[in-house]
Amino acid sequence: MQKKMAYSFPDEVLEHVFSFIQSDKDRNAVSLVCKSWYEIERWCRRKVFIGNCYAVSPRMVIRRFPEVRSIKLKGKPHFADFNLVPDGWGGYVLPWIAEMAGAYPWLEEIRLKRMVVTDESLELIAKSFKNFKVLVLFSCEGFSTDGLAAIAASCKNLRELDLRESEVDDLSGHWLAHFPETCTSLVSLNISCLRSDEVSFSALERLVGRCPNLRSLRLNRAVTLDKIANILRRAPQLVDFGTGYYAAELQPDVFSNLAGAFSSCKELKSLSGFWDVVPAYLPALYSICPRLTSLNLSYATIQSPDLIKLVSHCPRLQRLLVLDYVEDSGLEELASSCKDLQELRVFPSDPFGAEPNVSLTEQGLVAVSLGCPKLRSVLYFCRRMSNAALVTIAQNRPNLTRFRLCIIEPKTPDYLTLEPLDVGFGAIVEHCKDLSRLSLSGLLTDHVFEYIGTYGKKLEMLSVAFAGDSDLGLHHVLSGCESLRKLEIRDCPFGDKALLANAAKLETMRSLWMSSCAVSFGACKLLGQKMPKLNVEVIDETEPPDSRPESCPVDKLYIYRSVAGPRFDMPPFVWTMDEAVRILH
Amino acid sequence: MVFEKDLNLDATELRLGLPGSSEESLRISNKRALPDMNDDSGVAAAKKCDQETAPPTKAQVVGWPPIRSYRKNSLQTKKIEAETSGMYVKVSMDGAPYLRKIDLKVYKGYPELFKALEDMFKFKVGKYSEREGYNGSEFVPTYEDKDGDWMLVGDVPWEMFINACKRLRIVRGSEARGLGCVV
Repeated sequence: MQKKMAYSFPDEVLEHVFSFIQSDKDRNAVSLVCKSWYEIERWCRRKVFIGNCYAVSPRMVIRRFPEVRSIKLKGKPHFADFNLVPDGWGGYVLPWIAEMAGAYPWLEEIRLKRMVVTDESLELIAKSFKNFKVLVLFSCEGFSTDGLAAIAASCKNLRELDLRESEVDDLSGHWLAHFPETCTSLVSLNISCLRSDEVSFSALERLVGRCPNLRSLRLNRAVTLDKIANILRRAPQLVDFGTGYYAAELQPDVFSNLAGAFSSCKELKSLSGFWDVVPAYLPALYSICPRLTSLNLSYATIQSPDLIKLVSHCPRLQRLLVLDYVEDSGLEELASSCKDLQELRVFPSDPFGAEPNVSLTEQGLVAVSLGCPKLRSVLYFCRRMSNAALVTIAQNRPNLTRFRLCIIEPKTPDYLTLEPLDVGFGAIVEHCKDLSRLSLSGLLTDHVFEYIGTYGKKLEMLSVAFAGDSDLGLHHVLSGCESLRKLEIRDCPFGDKALLANAAKLETMRSLWMSSCAVSFGACKLLGQKMPKLNVEVIDETEPPDSRPESCPVDKLYIYRSVAGPRFDMPPFVWTMDEAVRILH
Repeated sequence: MVFEKDLNLDATELRLGLPGSSEESLRISNKRALPDMNDDSGVAAAKKCDQETAPPTKAQVVGWPPIRSYRKNSLQTKKIEAETSGMYVKVSMDGAPYLRKIDLKVYKGYPELFKALEDMFKFKVGKYSEREGYNGSEFVPTYEDKDGDWMLVGDVPWEMFINACKRLRIVRGSEARGLGCVV
């Protein structure tokens, strides 16, 4: 009886039901139920997320999902952020745009992360998609303001243009003037990454003034403090605002104008920007501080007393990004003022100095972990740590989901006992049962990996540097961490044994990065031959890996699962191990 | 916030210390840890502490610490701006036989500046109040601003001060009376 009911629903009904299912995971599950559900689902899937642009080809995506309106693609591995991936490695979006231009004329949204985007790609987007609405370029590179001008000029219904943290060849600020006077649809504009000192301010002002739905606006450094008030008065409905330069000689009329402009923004909840801050202008923010939930002061070189004053006005703060000028004293104040805090990121002001320049230690983090019951996500740079502190943090904050600790000097032991920090990180993975992201640092032996393999069952991403003693460490992680998707390792003594013993595991993950480790060329070839569903890529900028004995370790290794087979857009310094053609170049 | 100094590590399941280590060896200090000379556990402490000479910037490992380029560039721009354009001003003290020169950009605020001046000239700055200036010391720090006026140090925000200050003079108390906010 019940079996018949499933087949008696017309497709339209199922489609309607599926339209309420938005998450990719659920959609994928739906498509596995039976052939007819697979068919119905693929025709009505509107959003696709591809975590590795080389895991699948554009044609395959288009063939399966013919009616996509929104696509999100990621390119380079995460360690590219730290200059470990040489220029020219790959991650080009043009082939995708070219295929989609023909197949998805109604595409509305493109979101890219760590991809190479050229002006040609941007011009193609501008030309091909008549109803284009959202362009997010997160940590991308390869394009200039000319490409942006094309987007501005052609996209009549553009809602979002977000260039966060991208490297843009800033040829001229006049691209903003390419937004036609008829463009009133902008909801979000983020140009904070643009470096040029000339931004067509009048064009920006007019644009902001004619977009009544503008909710998020992040300016770049070129916009000076005195101009902020003008912008804000044109957009009092803003929810998220990024200032430009926040420094000027203190002038009472400029100050009161600014304070007035901020106070007229009744919806403002999030602030960022703050390059070059003059502390005297911070009180202009006090009227909105009680509503602030997110504050990014990570470029602001202001000292602890000024930071404390500001933060103590923000009781609803959920997210804080700040430089280590905040010091332990500032974090203690944060812990007592901001009970809603969920995310804290503390960046180093002098990462390459040999001596600490500020009084920021493990104490600050311990204070926040004790005082902020909702703390879930931590990124913390410091110069010393102890197992005791980590254990305290773990016991007090079992609700942590992301914990990234960077002790600046590699292999730094517990400063109190001089022991490795195995026990401390072990406590983190043991107590924080929902931990999904972890970055390790300090002196660590294979023991820490034993803890991680035993307790890190929900761990999805792990970053390791200068840690471990032997292959056993890697083996613990690969054999124990059931949810692992991304593993990135540098400068660890992990070699062939663990990798080959856990080859099958690699097919269940998105990717594995290993650089300056001990994996031999021979092992890479073997892996490539045995595992056709993996792309095993060796990166070596100095010489071809086969010019040395097979037992020599490779410089960098990037392994990822793929149904598209080896890629063909590799530069000369990337070699792929393939079973069909020994070594493809 | 103080965390308990007498944590009972044995109570946690993950007690895994090196043989011979115990709670008594907890040394809580603000100084960076020096390798214990008697410690023969074989664990090498990574740092050496050389307080006397100016510490050199360490040889940089590629991609470490893990900071995004745009963030590094942003910090470096500030450093370069700070390092190349020093703000040197002459400092004189009544009764001292010769003048000194200091770079105002080196200091982050008034407390640091005063400490440096106190060390340099062997005196003590009094307690500052907006109404009365400096109380409790014979010596008062003053500066000459862009307009040529002699002002009391400490009245205006630090950034404003370092941009306006052309030279410093530490005045003997009796001469400093009558100095307050100008205009």
